[in-house]
Amino acid sequence: MTQLRNIEHAEIVHRCFRCGYCKFPEDYIDFNCPSYKAFGWDTYSPGGRMWLIRAWLNDEIKTSERFAEILYSCVACDNCKNQCVFPKFKDFLPEIFQEAKAELVGEGKIPPGVRDYFKAIATNGNPYKLPQSERGKWAEGTGLQKYAGQDYLFYVGCVGSYDEVGQKMARSVGRVLLGAGLSLGISGSEEICDGNEVRILGEMGLFAKLAGDNIEKFKAQGVKKIVTLDPHALNVFKKDYPGLGGNFQVFHFTEILARLIKEKKISLGPYAAKITYHDPCYLGRHNQIYGPPRDILKAIDGVELVEMHRNALNAFCCGGGGGNFFTDILGTGEDSAGRVRVLEALETGARIIAVACPSCAKMLSDAVKMENLEDKLEVLGIAEIIERAAKK
Amino acid sequence: MSDILKSLIEIVGERGVSNAPEEIWYYSRDPGVLTPRKPDYVVAPKTTEQVQKIVQLACREKIPVVPMGNGMSLTGLVIPLKGGIVLDMKRMNQILEVNSKARYAVLEGGTSQGVLKAHLQEHYPHLRHSLPDAPPATTIAANVALHGQGRLTNQYGFNSDMVTGMEIVLPTGEVCKIGSPSLGPYWFSKGPTLPDLSGLFLGWLGTTGIITKVGLKLFPNKKIRDVELFVTDRVELIPDILYKLTHLEMLEDINVWFQPKPLMFLGNFHVTIYFTGDTDEEIAFKRKMVWDTLQEFIDAKDGGFMAVQYMKGMLLEMPQRAIADFADVPKGGGFEYSGPITIVEHFPQYAAKVVELAKKYDVLYASSARMISGGLCMMFSISFAFNRNDPAMMTRVKHALDEATAFALDMGGIPWKPNFMEQKMTMQKMEPGALKLMQMIKKNLDPQGIMNPGNWEVNS
Repeated sequence: MTQLRNIEHAEIVHRCFRCGYCKFPEDYIDFNCPSYKAFGWDTYSPGGRMWLIRAWLNDEIKTSERFAEILYSCVACDNCKNQCVFPKFKDFLPEIFQEAKAELVGEGKIPPGVRDYFKAIATNGNPYKLPQSERGKWAEGTGLQKYAGQDYLFYVGCVGSYDEVGQKMARSVGRVLLGAGLSLGISGSEEICDGNEVRILGEMGLFAKLAGDNIEKFKAQGVKKIVTLDPHALNVFKKDYPGLGGNFQVFHFTEILARLIKEKKISLGPYAAKITYHDPCYLGRHNQIYGPPRDILKAIDGVELVEMHRNALNAFCCGGGGGNFFTDILGTGEDSAGRVRVLEALETGARIIAVACPSCAKMLSDAVKMENLEDKLEVLGIAEIIERAAKK
Repeated sequence: MSDILKSLIEIVGERGVSNAPEEIWYYSRDPGVLTPRKPDYVVAPKTTEQVQKIVQLACREKIPVVPMGNGMSLTGLVIPLKGGIVLDMKRMNQILEVNSKARYAVLEGGTSQGVLKAHLQEHYPHLRHSLPDAPPATTIAANVALHGQGRLTNQYGFNSDMVTGMEIVLPTGEVCKIGSPSLGPYWFSKGPTLPDLSGLFLGWLGTTGIITKVGLKLFPNKKIRDVELFVTDRVELIPDILYKLTHLEMLEDINVWFQPKPLMFLGNFHVTIYFTGDTDEEIAFKRKMVWDTLQEFIDAKDGGFMAVQYMKGMLLEMPQRAIADFADVPKGGGFEYSGPITIVEHFPQYAAKVVELAKKYDVLYASSARMISGGLCMMFSISFAFNRNDPAMMTRVKHALDEATAFALDMGGIPWKPNFMEQKMTMQKMEPGALKLMQMIKKNLDPQGIMNPGNWEVNS
């Protein structure tokens, strides 16, 4: 059969058995694939995607709006990769989905929300279509200075720079790090989008440009160590930049904060609160950073840390990954990931959902409002919780 | 937009129905080797009332309806052989009740095995159900509808024997309850002491109605599970070994398996013996009983116990993920099996047939037999893996399976979850009186012939 299209891993797409293990967490308590949970069709599950991609490569189905929606509804949470029972190819599942999206980009047949995201990044440098000059405004009043050879570059990312919820989180992280005496600076209005979502959405040309510009800039500035606000940035800096010549020591802010607390450079007072922690996919499953955020919370006298049923490797995504934070293909129905997740948090009896990712902060804050839980649940960044404890 | 599509959208909403090429393509096939057939619509109801309205519409318009769980029978039982509506039941997935003291659960028709297992583990750790080794997304209603088996089948019979009541949407769109729930709020009996109407639906593969609710027996979940593995290279001894083991009346599950790969398994027959207990003493006692029972085979140098430590985790896992892994042995994403139910003393003949068929058709085999009802019979799985990118291999597997079914029927066995061709073979061999009774039932329950047509077509 003539192949009209091709992707790098085309030769293994047929090996999916569509058994459905990929839909679940380890203990099978509920569906753990956000797009399958939201849409309810097998076609929107990882196995469904694998079978449809094979059909599409063989020209048994055509490129269509629905096919694009099916591909782009994937939140790249990596649950499927961890739960698939086929060790010889499970690691390639996310790459296969990404490669298929890249092929769609090449065909110019992508959902309007994805197109608009790419256009905004390409023309404005950020998905909010706001001026580059405003990128550093979030830091006003924090005392953070422009990067000029300090030990760390504090990279904030698009959500932390422009989104109100993200900015709040960025400011608190910046304040706490500075307060602990860490030597760090920011790029401010010169910061460039990290490109993690651009890559996962399949615009490889734009990604190469963003990554290249960042690497060149970091090198020119003499950056050696980067601390990121956003686990998405952490992911792309650690996994994709080295292959493009960008080798930096990259840390998530929770790793640094946990270390500073251990070194007693952050003094914590008591703060009585029942807190549950939501694992961001790009911090947890993608980069296996589960301990530091929990260590921070456990270090606060009075904090009762309670786990949601699905946590760590089995955590349910907030629905914001894979570019869905911007494209909103998953929607906001009752089975949308954020709403399901805050109800799971509510079941723990916690009053606070601690978050370590600005996208999660925004998604879960919106979900709390949609579920009318504002009087029962508060979504707070880890550094914001530290600040509350420090003030007591 | 067609009138049918409009009507379906009125019933389930726009997100509950699809005739998009993507869903039509996907729901036209299962992971086995049978040829796909396209449905006209895929519909995902959330309530019994929606199922009822869909069936009423289908009955009025004479449209086929094919109820589907996770579609993992592998024998094409959810392939819409005559088009129509595929009814994806998985959005009806609520656990409605667990009666802890009476040890039963009531579930919606699309509830998955995995979700029930996890629910019991979290809320009722002292209870369990007879979990099959099929993937966790498979549904409980589909499993009982095809007389499935599970971990407790050796002790308590087919999983369909564990049904304690049902709610059914009949092919005419009426709803009825079967068993004790037809008289009151309790779901403890599917029949006795009433006429057992459950037999009108169990084993009929969705051709006589749609299970929208099912009651299921639960069982004590002992604190400790353990396993022993007895190995022999003398296939003729297997029936005796199984007879002695089932005589103990204390084993959770017994499986016999053999396969040519990895090579360390070639030529041997492995008897996996599961037992449970609440204390270490109970486990030690049962282990001793198992060892004592099989000592004579060890003394005769006909077999021995194999160290299981390195694969104990895999053997005790429920469901066993490694079973699905067989699909990737030929790097190809598929396997299918014929699983006749047969008497245990025929094990050697079936084992020889598997090897013969694998050689004849040049395909890779793996075989496993599970004891049913303490040795009354067994499910003998004749499994062949295939590469989905190799149509010739898939055809060879299909021919091998056809021949396996013919062999099983010749041996007096009953095909399990037979595909539509195997059903025809079965009905040709069936005693005419039994076939006539099936015809009468089908004709009366499904006068329009809309329920999963092409399957159990006794009237054709």
